[in-house]
Amino acid sequence: MNTANTENIDFEPPAPWLTPMRRKALIAAVFVAVVAAWQLTVSALGVSHLIFPGPAGVARSICDVFLSGEVWPHLWVTLYEILAGFALGAFAGFLLGALIGQSALLELVLYPYVVAFQTVPKVAVAPLFVLWFGFDTTSKVVITATIVFFPVLANTIVGLRSAPRDQIDLMRAFTASPWHVFRMVRLPHALPYVFAGLDIGIVLAVIGAIVGEFVGAQAGLGYLILQRNFSMDAAGMFAILIVLSAIGIVLHSLMKAIARRVVFWAEAFTDLSRGT
Amino acid sequence: MSALVQFPARRTTLQEATGAVPAFRFEGLHKTFRSKDGADVIALHDVSFSVARGEFVTVVGPSGCGKSTLLRILAGLERASRGTVELGGQRHSGPSRDVGVVFQSPVLLPWRNILDNVLVPAQIQGRDPKVARERALHYLHLVGLEGFETKYPGELSGGMQQRVGIARALVNDPMLLLMDEPFGALDAMTRETMNVELLKLRERTGATIMLVTHSIPEAVFLGDRVIVMSPRPGRVTQVIDVDLPATRTLDLINTERFGSHVRGIRTNLNASGGLDG
Repeated sequence: MNTANTENIDFEPPAPWLTPMRRKALIAAVFVAVVAAWQLTVSALGVSHLIFPGPAGVARSICDVFLSGEVWPHLWVTLYEILAGFALGAFAGFLLGALIGQSALLELVLYPYVVAFQTVPKVAVAPLFVLWFGFDTTSKVVITATIVFFPVLANTIVGLRSAPRDQIDLMRAFTASPWHVFRMVRLPHALPYVFAGLDIGIVLAVIGAIVGEFVGAQAGLGYLILQRNFSMDAAGMFAILIVLSAIGIVLHSLMKAIARRVVFWAEAFTDLSRGT
Repeated sequence: MSALVQFPARRTTLQEATGAVPAFRFEGLHKTFRSKDGADVIALHDVSFSVARGEFVTVVGPSGCGKSTLLRILAGLERASRGTVELGGQRHSGPSRDVGVVFQSPVLLPWRNILDNVLVPAQIQGRDPKVARERALHYLHLVGLEGFETKYPGELSGGMQQRVGIARALVNDPMLLLMDEPFGALDAMTRETMNVELLKLRERTGATIMLVTHSIPEAVFLGDRVIVMSPRPGRVTQVIDVDLPATRTLDLINTERFGSHVRGIRTNLNASGGLDG
């Protein structure tokens, strides 16, 4: 509801001492504490930096990989795989979900296959995709798409069936066609669910791309992790893992921001991230 | 109403019907539902009555007396198992452009602002957007929601949301307004206010109204005629002409005549076993 007045909507009031400044300070303090604990543990246990690097070594490795420019081509490749795979999987999931959500018969006939497909671990079929689509990015896009597909599909189906019966009856009483009911009631009601599915999907897409690259690739962040593993560069691996996490966080935040704009009426997308 | 712009070339069975034709009529209406265990449940048994144009008829009875089913049949959401339904002298089945509906819950679309919610029926029926907008604003004014056009449903109280629902039902200028316990979810004080306002609205629009309620005083206060129904099976047990003044205020509730109507209906319902459940 953030496009309209929010004054007469019940939000849990934030604790009075938690001003925006203090909130930021708190977030920073937790970060510093985590890094410090990490450094202390590594130093206290005397673990070799070849096995478990400290934060300083990882930070240096992150700087190196960016300053040398080594990371960029790989980052673009993986980002492309994530986004293309996400788009493909989300589109297919939404489309099939919209079909199944409209008809109990289609659900009866099709859904068992969808579930069966979902039960197969994608890691296990990834080599097949590489066999079919080759070592370049296409196979990774396809693997990513298969992972994104299911959460979007399942959420779309549930969402399309979430419209209150009264609302649909009312539309029918106003002589609405099934298409009217779908466009004006069912679809908008489904959108918050679809966005919840997309949010899960975008994070899983990062995993999908890396799984694909692990099976066989010539470029990408997953490929880079494997390379550094072979050369026993633990700090370098950590650096790439942190880059991956950063990609995940950025994409997730983007998705939330889009959701807040598109489905502004759904409270699930308005509460938590207010003021951050 | 004369100043209000009308949709062009509106042709409906009700408007073309001549004066003597009732707004709607039930004749020997039966409705049977198949329950989950396979047994037949008789929701309506041999219901017959007719309602003149411009009349405000209320249907009162306890849960399970079939009053909502009756309304849903008239709204075209259910089909009668047997019998005739006529709307403006024509046999009627299925939803009609002549009918506006208000349910107990306002069921507004939370992603549309108030004005766009009122416009929903006009959009469904492909009305001229400019005219529809003007009419929507007119009815929002009539239900006392001027200035709330760009608010969202979540920002309005329950009573205000229900008024939006009423404006929405009126936007296409239906000849028949069907209301299924429209104020059932509101607190008692809001409910009384809404009753008075509904009577004013009726005076200004001249619409035929059928309102279903389980409150006997509400039925008497609003209705020109009260149809009393009893359950098992759902049937009409009494039809009462309410001989109260046409212009009604809340003071009326304390008068002897109002009280005797209410007592009469209560006695009738008790006698037919209506109030035991």
